[in-house]
Amino acid sequence: MARIDLVDLAHSYNGTDPESYALKPVTMTWRQGGAYALLGPSGCGKTTLLNLISGIVTPSRGKILFDGVDITPLSTQKRNIAQVFQFPVIYDTMTVGQNLAFPLKNRGVPRSEIDARVAEIARLLDLTPYLGRKATRLTADAKQKISLGRGLVRSDVAAVLFDEPLTVIDPELKWQLRSKLKALHRDLDLTMIYVTHDQTEALTFADTVVVMHDGRVVQSGTPAELFDKPAHTFVGYFIGSPGMNIVPAEVRGREARIDGHTIMLERGYDHLPAGAKIEIGVRPEFVEVASPAPGLLSANIERIDDLGRIQFARVRVGDVKFAAKVPAGFSSPSGAAGLRFDPAHVHVYADSRLVEGVA
Amino acid sequence: MDKTINQKAWFLVLPVFLVVAFSAILPLMTVVNYSMQDTFGNNQFFWNGVGWFKELLDPSSDLGSRFFASLWRNLFFSGVILAIEVPLGILVALSMPREGWQVAACLVTLALPLLIPWNVVGTIWQIFGRPDIGLLGYVLNGIGIDYNYVSNEFDAWATVIVMDVWHWTSLVALLCYAGLKSIPDAYYQAAQIDGASRWAVFTAIQLPKMNRVLLIAVLLRFMDSFMIYTEPFVVTGGGPGNSTTFVSIELVKIALGQFDLGKAAALSLVYNLIILIVCWIFYTVMTNAGTERREKQGVA
Repeated sequence: MARIDLVDLAHSYNGTDPESYALKPVTMTWRQGGAYALLGPSGCGKTTLLNLISGIVTPSRGKILFDGVDITPLSTQKRNIAQVFQFPVIYDTMTVGQNLAFPLKNRGVPRSEIDARVAEIARLLDLTPYLGRKATRLTADAKQKISLGRGLVRSDVAAVLFDEPLTVIDPELKWQLRSKLKALHRDLDLTMIYVTHDQTEALTFADTVVVMHDGRVVQSGTPAELFDKPAHTFVGYFIGSPGMNIVPAEVRGREARIDGHTIMLERGYDHLPAGAKIEIGVRPEFVEVASPAPGLLSANIERIDDLGRIQFARVRVGDVKFAAKVPAGFSSPSGAAGLRFDPAHVHVYADSRLVEGVA
Repeated sequence: MDKTINQKAWFLVLPVFLVVAFSAILPLMTVVNYSMQDTFGNNQFFWNGVGWFKELLDPSSDLGSRFFASLWRNLFFSGVILAIEVPLGILVALSMPREGWQVAACLVTLALPLLIPWNVVGTIWQIFGRPDIGLLGYVLNGIGIDYNYVSNEFDAWATVIVMDVWHWTSLVALLCYAGLKSIPDAYYQAAQIDGASRWAVFTAIQLPKMNRVLLIAVLLRFMDSFMIYTEPFVVTGGGPGNSTTFVSIELVKIALGQFDLGKAAALSLVYNLIILIVCWIFYTVMTNAGTERREKQGVA
């Protein structure tokens, strides 16, 4: 159990050119006992970050501190960390119980303690009936449960790292296992770091979601923060379904102009960086289609997606595409519509980064 | 149920049947025929029934004693080379590099002995071991070890075994290396995380993942060494005395040396049968290991 600090940590698999870094320099702190998710598309550096923490990969630069102690030069074995991989790793010749006991046995934990701990983890993961069976006789998801169990069996670990552990699991079981992990997190008071490219997984598992893009940490915050105030346009469209509308605009003071139409903003933006690419971002949930009217941004509806609970219209304004909420009872046979924005939720981005307005 | 019945389809099997008949069945039947007869030359044959087989399997007869002596000798030889080549092959495979140009260098070096024809291997070692001009024999005698594979039984055995180890350990090593390469990195990473020692990684991951290729390696090496002929024949000619006369050497002695076609044919058939049985046992073990694994996938 430990607080983990990453200090100017970066890694490159080839060369020293900072642009080729698989993980660009990052400084952040992981709280003891927190449930974190590292979220990002494939190849964004999240697995690299995880492997740096566990010591499978040695960083090209920077330091990793566990409770203030620099552990960067230590090997994986000495780091006291547990990691669960994407595909189940099972020791074929051992029974389920021996598999679970393996990490403890290797560390010379007394027999009685091992038995107690294995029994507890098996109970938490519903593996008790299988303890005496050969691990190779089980299905992929049972095997992955064993892998999870081996990750959780040591009570003294600084953190448990999960590298997309539910990839091989059926969707139905995914929910179960995820809530199980969440429950285990509460019961065992372990720091957990969970890598995934699935936003639902990240948002349901973690207290703090760290979004990565192109080797960089672009935002770290609670699911609500990521939703309400994306710090980067990437976070805006990666999180949420459909993603945030991000459209080029001219912003002056409290006004944004799109396609010759002016939208009022809640905050003022008088000091935007010169020469930067200015965009506004607004989630489809905060744009509403209405009948065309003066004062609304006029648009053409291309199609309407019915998500069951809610309907989203795909509309076009000039060359720009929007997704917008469709209020109950709305219909527009001609396809012509007006867009109404919720000014409180319209954000301004300069070169993809959020600009804080002045109230 | 509406299968078209066309008896002419049998003709399609005919070419295969003819090829197999001429290449396998007819020669085998000739051997079976010989094994039931005795001849004193002039192409005159006398019916002997199962007489040769009785004699062959009776250790008190001349033929039987020679057969069993060479059989035990051969099994002992196979056991010794397996006991050396399998662990040594694993060790070599484990110490090979996993990436870089060194891999290609190692693979080529290892493959070299496998590419040399058997009789050339025999000749190499025959000369290598000679006390008068061979590097090995000369050096051994030079440092005071009395080594002469022509006159000393132990030396002859040692030479034949070392020669086989030199020739065939590569095969075991290459097979094991292939098995090792197929283990995903995640296993090693997980073992690191789990704090496994080098020995634990070997017993818990590498050995179980290699067991299929090891079984094949053992089968191939057993079969080859059980049928060994050329190399010991070139080096020792089966001597000194009969000390390195293996079954196939004995067989050739009887068939071509003494021209006892009946005895040789009976011995060939029994020899063949032993090989078939061992093959069958290996095959059963291997396929069982396979189905067991498949069953395991299904359960739970």
